[in-house]
Amino acid sequence: MKAHAIAPALLAALASPAAWPQAAHDALQPAGPQAAHIASLWWLAVAICAVVFVAILAALAWALWRAPRAQASTPPEISPPPAAERRHARGVAIALGVCIVLLVVILVGSISTDRALASLPLQDAVHIDLTGHQWWWEATYDDPQPDRIFHTANELHVPVGRPVIVTLHSDDVIHSFWVPSLDGKKDLIPGRTAQIEFRADRPGDYRGQCAEYCGLQHAFMALDVIAMPPGEYAAWAEAQRRPAADPADPQARRGRDLFLSGTCMMCHAILGTTASARSAPDLTHVASRARIAAGRLANTPENLAAWIHDPQAIKPGANMPANLLAPDDLHAVVAYLETLR
Amino acid sequence: MSSRFPSRARHRLRAHGAAWLCVALALVFAAGCERETRRFDPKPVPSDLRTQPQSLPDLQPGQPGPGMRETASAGRYDEKSAYEVAQGKMLFRWYNCSGCHAQGGGNMGPALMDTSWIYGSDPDSVFSTIMDGRPRGMPSFRGRIPEAQVWELVAYVRSMSGLIPNEAAPNRDEGLGGAPPESMRKPQPPKDSDAKVGG
Repeated sequence: MKAHAIAPALLAALASPAAWPQAAHDALQPAGPQAAHIASLWWLAVAICAVVFVAILAALAWALWRAPRAQASTPPEISPPPAAERRHARGVAIALGVCIVLLVVILVGSISTDRALASLPLQDAVHIDLTGHQWWWEATYDDPQPDRIFHTANELHVPVGRPVIVTLHSDDVIHSFWVPSLDGKKDLIPGRTAQIEFRADRPGDYRGQCAEYCGLQHAFMALDVIAMPPGEYAAWAEAQRRPAADPADPQARRGRDLFLSGTCMMCHAILGTTASARSAPDLTHVASRARIAAGRLANTPENLAAWIHDPQAIKPGANMPANLLAPDDLHAVVAYLETLR
Repeated sequence: MSSRFPSRARHRLRAHGAAWLCVALALVFAAGCERETRRFDPKPVPSDLRTQPQSLPDLQPGQPGPGMRETASAGRYDEKSAYEVAQGKMLFRWYNCSGCHAQGGGNMGPALMDTSWIYGSDPDSVFSTIMDGRPRGMPSFRGRIPEAQVWELVAYVRSMSGLIPNEAAPNRDEGLGGAPPESMRKPQPPKDSDAKVGG
C-alpha cells in the first residue's frame, strides 16, 4: 500500500470508535461527567495547539517564500534596518500577545475543569474502599451496617447515575487508579488516604489500569469497572454479600476440602468457610468475575487451572506460589472455585 | 618533606592512590550486584496437601527430631539475598507469625531477636521448627506454607537477631518501629539450649 493510501485509512481508523480494540478504555469517549470535563479540556487544548501550529507553519512558509535571494555578486547588507523590519517587529508583538491570551484561556479552562471535577454532587453515593497491592486491586464495599460490608477483587460494579466515592490506599508501593472513560488519575500512596469521585452515566464495561509504575507486573494490573442499572446493581451487591454455598457435587466438595486443608486458605478468604485470610483476593464469588489475575486472563476453568498450577509462568514475580497438585486434585479445586458464583 | 619527594613523584603517588581507591570502590559495589537477584522459576517442591504433621511425642527440645531431614542446601535457602529475606519479612506478617512472636520481641511465643534458641538456631532447625511445630504451642505449617516460602521465613527469623549478613537484612520500615531495623542489629551469639531447658 502506498503512503498516500495509508494516511486516509489510518485517519479513518483513528476517527471511528468501533476500530479501537478496547472501546471502554478511552478518555475521548467519556461515560460520565468527570471524564466529560476532562475530555472538553483536552479538546480545547488540542484545538488551540492545532491553530497555533498551523499559524506557525504558515508564517514559516511565508518567510521562506519571501526571503531575499542573495547572489555571489550581491553586496553585503550593512544598511540600517528598513521600515519593513519594524513592521515585522509589530507582527511579532501581536503574535506574542495572542500567545499570552491563548495560554490564559488554557489556564482558565484548566482551573474551571478542576472546579467542575470537585463539584460532583455526592448525595446517595456508593462508598468503595480500594487498596492497591502488587499486582491486584482489593475492593471493600462499605456500608453503615457492618454485616453488609463485602469484599471483592479486581472488579468494581457501580450503579449508573449514582455517584461513587472511592477511597484509595496502597499496601506496598505507589499505584495509580485510572479509568479513563470515567475520570482522571489518582495516585495511591502508601500510608496515605486519597479519594476520587466519579459517576457513570451509561451502562458498560470500563477498563481501568494502574497508571504508576509499580514493579514487574505493573502492565498486568487492570481493573474492570462495570456500570449497571441500579436494580441490577442492587441484585449484584446482594449476591456478593451472601456467603459461599456448600457445593453439592462430590468433586467440588473434595476441592473445597483441599482448599481448606492446604496452602490456599493461608492467603485467600471464602466467606462461609474457615478461609478468612486477607493477603490475597477474596474468592467468595470468584466465578462471577470476568477475569482473573487482575485482568491477565479470562476467567475460564482452563485458565484458572493454569494459574493455580504455575502463576509464575503467567505473572513472574507475583506473590502466589506454584502449586504442584496432582491433576485430579487440581481439577477438584477448580471445580470447587467454579461453584463460587 | 617536600624536599624528600619531588613534586612529580608526589603527583604520581597521588594518582596511583586515586586509581587504587577506584578499584577498591568498584569491588565493594560489585559485591552488592547479586544482592537482590530474583529467581522466577523456583523449583516447585511437591507437597501433598493432605500430609499430616509428624507425630509430636518423640520430639525433645534440643535434640534433632524426625522432621530435621530437610537441609538448607537442598532447599532454596539463600540468606544472602535481600529479596528472599524481605519476602520472609512480608510472610512473617501474612502468616500471622507476629500474632505470637510479635515483631520478634515475643509475646505468647518466645522472642526471636535474643540469644536463646530452644530448638536450634541453624537454618535446618528453624525450618523444621516451622514445618513440624514444637510442643507447647508452635503449630505445624507443613502442607500450609510452600517450602520455598518457609526457607524465606527462616532467613528472616535469623535476620532478627543479626545472624545473617547485614547487607541482605531488611532496612528501615515504612512505619514506626520499636526495634532498630534488622540490618542495624548487633549479632546475638546464639545459645542453643540443651535438653534440660524446655520451657
